[in-house]
Amino acid sequence: MSEHVIRHTFEAPNAFTQAQLGWEAWLEPLPVDELTERHYDGLVDKGRANNPYFRLLVRDPEILGARTRTDNDIFYNEKGGLPRALRELSAASASRTNGCIFCASVHSRFAAHHSKRPDDVQRLLDDGTAAAQEDPQWRAVIDASVALTKTPGEFSAANVRELREAGLDDLAIVDAIHGAAFFNWANRLMLSLGEPTPPKES
Amino acid sequence: MTTDVIDHLVGIAPGDALDTLRNQRPNARTNAQTSFDALLHSDELEHVSQLERLAIAYWTIALSQSPATSFYRDLLAAEDEAAAAALATALPGALTTGPYGDYPDGPLSVENVAGLRWEPDAALVASVGPRLAAALAHTHLLVYRPRDSSEDALQALLDSGWSTTGIVTLSQLVAFLNFQLRVVAGLTVLKGEL
Repeated sequence: MSEHVIRHTFEAPNAFTQAQLGWEAWLEPLPVDELTERHYDGLVDKGRANNPYFRLLVRDPEILGARTRTDNDIFYNEKGGLPRALRELSAASASRTNGCIFCASVHSRFAAHHSKRPDDVQRLLDDGTAAAQEDPQWRAVIDASVALTKTPGEFSAANVRELREAGLDDLAIVDAIHGAAFFNWANRLMLSLGEPTPPKES
Repeated sequence: MTTDVIDHLVGIAPGDALDTLRNQRPNARTNAQTSFDALLHSDELEHVSQLERLAIAYWTIALSQSPATSFYRDLLAAEDEAAAAALATALPGALTTGPYGDYPDGPLSVENVAGLRWEPDAALVASVGPRLAAALAHTHLLVYRPRDSSEDALQALLDSGWSTTGIVTLSQLVAFLNFQLRVVAGLTVLKGEL
C-alpha cells in the first residue's frame, strides 16, 4: 500500500518577486498533536510548529535541528564578516540560479530591507544574476554565489580575488561561501517538497 | 565519529588559518558535522537503510563531480562493494552540468533549459533494486534540475516503497550534501589564496 501526494489547485507564482508568498507541502506534515519533545527540539523555535514546511521536515527531527542551527549561525551571527544584506544577497543569488521562486522571494526581500536598495535587488530578480550591479561588493558576492551554485562547481581563485578587491576580508568570504552553499541545501528542499502559494492580496 | 568531515576533505588542521576562521562561525561548524552524523550515522534506519543512505550520498557527490567523491565511494564500498561498483558503472551515463529545468508556465519560460532526464537502466535496477533505483533517479533530479521537482516525482518514490518520513530524510541527505560539497569547494579555493 502506498501513500499519496497532496495535489493543490491554486496557481503557483510563475515569476520572481519580493512579495510575501506562502508555501504548501506535497506530503503530509506531521500533525501538531503528534509532536513530542524530540520534535520540538528539532523545530528549535516552537513557533515553527505552525509552518507546514518545518512540520514536514520535523518528521526527521535530528537533521532539521542541525539544519536550522547551521542556518542561524550563517545568517544571524553578527560577529564580523559579511554584512547581513550581502549574506541575504548570496542566498537570493543562489535561489535565482537554481530557480527557487519561494526562497528568492524571502531573501530578496531581506536583502532589500537590510540594504535599503530594493531596485538593485529587483534587477537581480527581473534580469537575472548577470544584470548590472554597480557596487563591486554586490557584483563579487553575486558572482561567487552563482559560481558555487553551478554543477560542477565553478568557484575559483578569481572569485576570491574579486571578493578581496571589493574590500571583503577572509571571514566575509567564508560567510559568502556559507550563504550560497546553504541555499543549495534550502532550495532543494523548498523546490522538491512543495510549492509557493500566491501573494496575499494587499 | 570524531573527525570533522569538512576539515578532513579540505585538509584543515588545528591552528590553521581556516581552522580559526571556521571557529568564528562555531554553530555552523558544529552543526554541519551534526548534520552529517544525523544522516550517515543515524540509529534510526527504519525509513532509510544505511546502504540506501551511503548509496544516495555517493551518487549525490559523484554527480556533482566533487573531489569528495572518493571519500563517499569508500564509505559505500565498505558497506557494499557490489553497489559501489554498479553505481560507478552507471555514473558516466548520468553526468551532465546544472542547474537546468523548467519554470512554471509564464514569463520565466524563456529561461527554461532542457537537459538530461536520467532514469536508471535495467542493469542498475536489477543490481540495486527498484526502491533504491527510484531514489537515485530522484537524487539526479535534485542535484541537477531541482526546479523540475513535482508532485509526480514524489509519487514515484511513494509508489516505489518510500514512506513520507523516508522521503524527508532522502531529501535532506541530498540537499545537505549539496551544501557540504560547496563549503568544501569554497574553502579549498580560499585555502589556496590565504
